[in-house]
Amino acid sequence: MNHPAILETKEAFGETTLIVDPARIVDLCRHLKDSEKYVRLSGITAVDMLPAEPRFELIYHLHSLERNQRLRLKCLVSGVNPEIDSATGVWRGANWYEREVFDMFGIGFRNHPNLVRILMPTDWEGYPLRKDYPVHGYKYSYPSE
Amino acid sequence: MSNIKHSFDDHTSTIPAVQEIPATPAAPRRMTLNMGPQHPSTHGVLRIVLELEGETIISAAPDIGFLHTGIEKEFEQKNWQQAVTLTDRVDYLANLSNNLVYALAVEKLLQIEIPPRAQWTRVMMTELSRLNSHLVWLGTHALDIGAMTMFFYCFREREDILRIFEMFSGQRMMTSYIRIGGLALEPPRGWQQVVGKFIRAFSSKVDEYEELLNANPIWIRRTQGVGYISLEDMLDLGITGPMLRGAGLNWDIRKSEPYSSYEKFDFKVPVETSNDVWSRYRVRIQEMRESAKIITQALEGMPEGEWQADAPHVVLPDREKMKTQMESLIYHFKIVTEGFRVPAGEAYQCIEAPRGEIGYYVVSDGTSKPYRVHMRTPSFGNLQGLPKMLEGIMIADSIAALGSMDFVLGDTDR
Repeated sequence: MNHPAILETKEAFGETTLIVDPARIVDLCRHLKDSEKYVRLSGITAVDMLPAEPRFELIYHLHSLERNQRLRLKCLVSGVNPEIDSATGVWRGANWYEREVFDMFGIGFRNHPNLVRILMPTDWEGYPLRKDYPVHGYKYSYPSE
Repeated sequence: MSNIKHSFDDHTSTIPAVQEIPATPAAPRRMTLNMGPQHPSTHGVLRIVLELEGETIISAAPDIGFLHTGIEKEFEQKNWQQAVTLTDRVDYLANLSNNLVYALAVEKLLQIEIPPRAQWTRVMMTELSRLNSHLVWLGTHALDIGAMTMFFYCFREREDILRIFEMFSGQRMMTSYIRIGGLALEPPRGWQQVVGKFIRAFSSKVDEYEELLNANPIWIRRTQGVGYISLEDMLDLGITGPMLRGAGLNWDIRKSEPYSSYEKFDFKVPVETSNDVWSRYRVRIQEMRESAKIITQALEGMPEGEWQADAPHVVLPDREKMKTQMESLIYHFKIVTEGFRVPAGEAYQCIEAPRGEIGYYVVSDGTSKPYRVHMRTPSFGNLQGLPKMLEGIMIADSIAALGSMDFVLGDTDR
């Protein structure tokens, strides 16, 4: 598969991972959906690689029904003011997954129609799935810590 | 007497006269209706804000997160084997499916081979869990629509399934029966009789359900032609499972990407084309019959042999060996105190759960705790299609339509 946005291709456990240039993720997604038949977006999630920089790995799981194939896209996003373009224009289903990533990791999605918290209360402070966020939150402290 | 009359007069006099509302027939009168989060027909804590014009729904906005418990964060605090107990608590109707998909994902990273007997037992247990889930769906969905008897019939059979789970694992719901490297316990003595007795009677029970519903005019009127959403929209919005099969798409992960030796079982994937609540009901009823077929095959052809993988660094040794052999004692000590380590890497594993595709994305950094586990749950994906499905239908139909999605809010919010 050739596309200028693909930086690297990896194979492990029979799964293909493409490392993608974050600036051109939407281009690539549209190409994969229209030309390569990846009609389904199975999900979007992120991994916090603290203290690495770029800090976040953004993961897209795609699925092609016609070819019975799955594909993983991975974008590296900086920990300073993390932002990326939204894929909601390609798959409407990206909407909630991007909101979840925003809610849990604080990664912003440009051009997202409704980027607000989805699982946590709207007035919540902090991003729970970041590695520097304590399990019990900031509200309580324990003497051993 | 006169006093009472006096106070009564006082009281009425404070009520202002009813003002006449000017009639405006040309302008549509919109109303915003809050449904939930505590509403019996949302099957959990789901809040939907409905915009109504008369009785027609103009738009619907689901509000989720009331049941968010931070399970993905908790995964990062437990060691690999302990985290199995968290997977039970995601979806209370498909505990074993969640156990299985997590175990398969970690086993992919560990690259260990699971013996056939454990694989077949896993298949049998997840199919029982599918029956459990579909029975609860059918019972509660019929109750919502007004067929109360179904609820008792379905819960009668579900009770038998929960007894089987208890017999195998000691637990009715939070089974944690499927572990990394095999099963938690050896299948108990006499399980063949119990499962056999249940499964032989089961197909006549499904006949009973169909007899009650198939020709029931209320059931037909309330389900046929209700809850349409086009196949393109469903794929675009991330809907999976029986919803897609009710719209004519023949896609089942058990067939397309077989796992845990599903390729050795003979079963059909039921597909219906009418794409409404009725077709989803038909798909689930036929899936119950197919699951029963799979369980029968597992019962008759259950292979002999080990029920745990030959991987001493992952699987706890049995007591006898632990007390007599030095290596087993060391492994036992290491596994219990520190937990086993999983080689660094990432894997995505998906299975066909009762509600659709469950996918676990597991990342390891080489230590004895998961670095990151993401659960792609079917309820979350399916619920995203709800606004599209509710748009333009009557509010009375919304209960039937959202019930046909069969979501579990714990599965949505995690």
